[in-house]
Amino acid sequence: MAGVIRLLAKPWLWSFVGAILVWLAAVAFTGGYGGGGMITAALSLAVFMVVVGVGQMFVITLGPGNVDLSLPANIGLASAVAMKVMDGSDAMIAVGLLAALASGTAIGLGNYFLIWALRIPPIIATLSASFIIQSVDISYGRGLQIKPPPGFADFTNILIPVAGVGIPLLAVLTVLFTIGVGVLLHRTLYGRSVLAIGQNIRAAWLAGIPVGRIRLITYVLCGALGGLNGALLAGYFRGANVDIGNEYLLASIAVVVIGGTSVAGGKANVPGIWGAALFLVLLLTMLNTFGVSAGVRLVVTGLVIVGVITAAGGQKTLR
Amino acid sequence: MATVPAPDEARLPLLGSVKPRRLLRSALPAVSLALIIIAIAYLNPRAISYFGFSLMMNLAIPIALATIAQMFVICVNDLDLSIGTFVGFVGCVTATWLHDAPLFGVIILLGSIGVYAALGALIYLRNLPSIVVTLGMSFVWQGLAILLLPKPGGKAPDWLYGLMNLKPPLVPFPIIAAIVIAVVAHIGLMRTSYGAILRGAGGNPQAIGRAGWSLLKTKVAMFALAGTFGVLSGMALIGITTSADANIGNGYTLLSIAGVILGGGEFVGGRVSPIGAVLGALTLAMAASPLLTFMHIPPDWQVGSNGAILIIVLAARALITRREG
Repeated sequence: MAGVIRLLAKPWLWSFVGAILVWLAAVAFTGGYGGGGMITAALSLAVFMVVVGVGQMFVITLGPGNVDLSLPANIGLASAVAMKVMDGSDAMIAVGLLAALASGTAIGLGNYFLIWALRIPPIIATLSASFIIQSVDISYGRGLQIKPPPGFADFTNILIPVAGVGIPLLAVLTVLFTIGVGVLLHRTLYGRSVLAIGQNIRAAWLAGIPVGRIRLITYVLCGALGGLNGALLAGYFRGANVDIGNEYLLASIAVVVIGGTSVAGGKANVPGIWGAALFLVLLLTMLNTFGVSAGVRLVVTGLVIVGVITAAGGQKTLR
Repeated sequence: MATVPAPDEARLPLLGSVKPRRLLRSALPAVSLALIIIAIAYLNPRAISYFGFSLMMNLAIPIALATIAQMFVICVNDLDLSIGTFVGFVGCVTATWLHDAPLFGVIILLGSIGVYAALGALIYLRNLPSIVVTLGMSFVWQGLAILLLPKPGGKAPDWLYGLMNLKPPLVPFPIIAAIVIAVVAHIGLMRTSYGAILRGAGGNPQAIGRAGWSLLKTKVAMFALAGTFGVLSGMALIGITTSADANIGNGYTLLSIAGVILGGGEFVGGRVSPIGAVLGALTLAMAASPLLTFMHIPPDWQVGSNGAILIIVLAARALITRREG
């Protein structure tokens, strides 16, 4: 009994409950038709939200004002870099992925350099950086029509049949990745330092935590994950695009917050990101099966985000 | 803990060694705008004319209004990620209902200001992160705009078109409008007693609360002001473009934040400057104006030039502040 109560108190549980309810509503509407397909599609799309969501989670956990606004531009540039380096050849897949990771890492380094050198809030540093990255991407990716190598495109679309439902390989790998992230967050010096800085940066500094280095690593990690996401997106959607990352600015923040990570910092939640990503994707799927227009879909999504955060309530900050 | 800001210190006559660097810091927005204008004059002298300024600053008015809206929100330590799509929504209302059924249009616009005020109350009462609430609202406004105007179209009301295309003698209309906006916001926020309370609510909420002022009211007032200026921004935009599109304001969210910061605003502590914000908005509008295309800056790099200006100004500010401190 006590175990059940403790489980119900877990904030991330609600995002999974929401995801299942939304899925049931959609399946009920179609009369049971296409339920499996919905799961496959939801898992495929949720992967991209989870990958950037993890990066954003670490950044947001650093404390108030920490948010990476350069993710969309980062994703767009990395998608172009990956496609150009791979150049449609299967032999270059690994090199292309590394190039995308390198592009994201460089952006993370640049972001932290601005934060450190100009002593400005991260939100403004990443905003300024994103303007410049956007221009680099427009100029670099102009008229880019390179398709991903067939091997890479197939890889991002592999389905593993489980009980009649296709589970994307990418989703399985991402689940393993998030388990690793959970260990990184809760069981390593780095993860504990991020949480400590988010709870009280001054106390963390007095306790001897290398605050600067931890923040640097966090921004680089977030940038690298953005880069990886760009490459994967380009593979999945079969081509790079300047706007490919646009929806991931709002999505990355939304999955982190709905998933139970504190916006005030110092409290992160890894499983919640999966629940929130599935919830958001399935919500869109449900609205699509109901046949509502794009406008209604956006309004409902927005109201759900506001509703969830209102229900969850704000955290009493000590400051 | 943030202390009560003393923004008026910068404007006091220099008594002895009242930090000249602080003066320099508050002059920075004006200096950066002047540098941009000088650069444009150097590259293309013909741009410095009545017609040239009208063209370059065409879109500066709606950007300045959106920046002021953002400034009110930032002043109380919040951030509005929905101002861009809100401006787009207002634009769609302006080009449809305000044109076809003015009374109904006015009611809708007033109602949307009410929604902004209610958001302020919600954020305060439930102690919510504004960044998430406004993020959700950005979807709502965008969705409403698409429902209202699925395809680009609509028409600006004639009086609005006439107003935005005034050709006053000697000084181009955008410059007059910018001065009016800056002066109105400056007097309201910096020179009235309630303006000081509003800023105090951002600088030291506890002190304002203990002095007996309602923090709920200040939050609601600031969000309502943000909504009001957002409405003005959307209307001004439609007066210039004459027709609307659901995505017309999307870029304004980031531009407005950048404008406030360029203008000397700080993210926390109620330290903002209306005049600086307008100057910051003008700087960004000039830096992204179509005229740059004729100055051998390819359109690809126009967004990037905004980022570069932002970084350069912030670097200059960091240098000044570091020496001051």
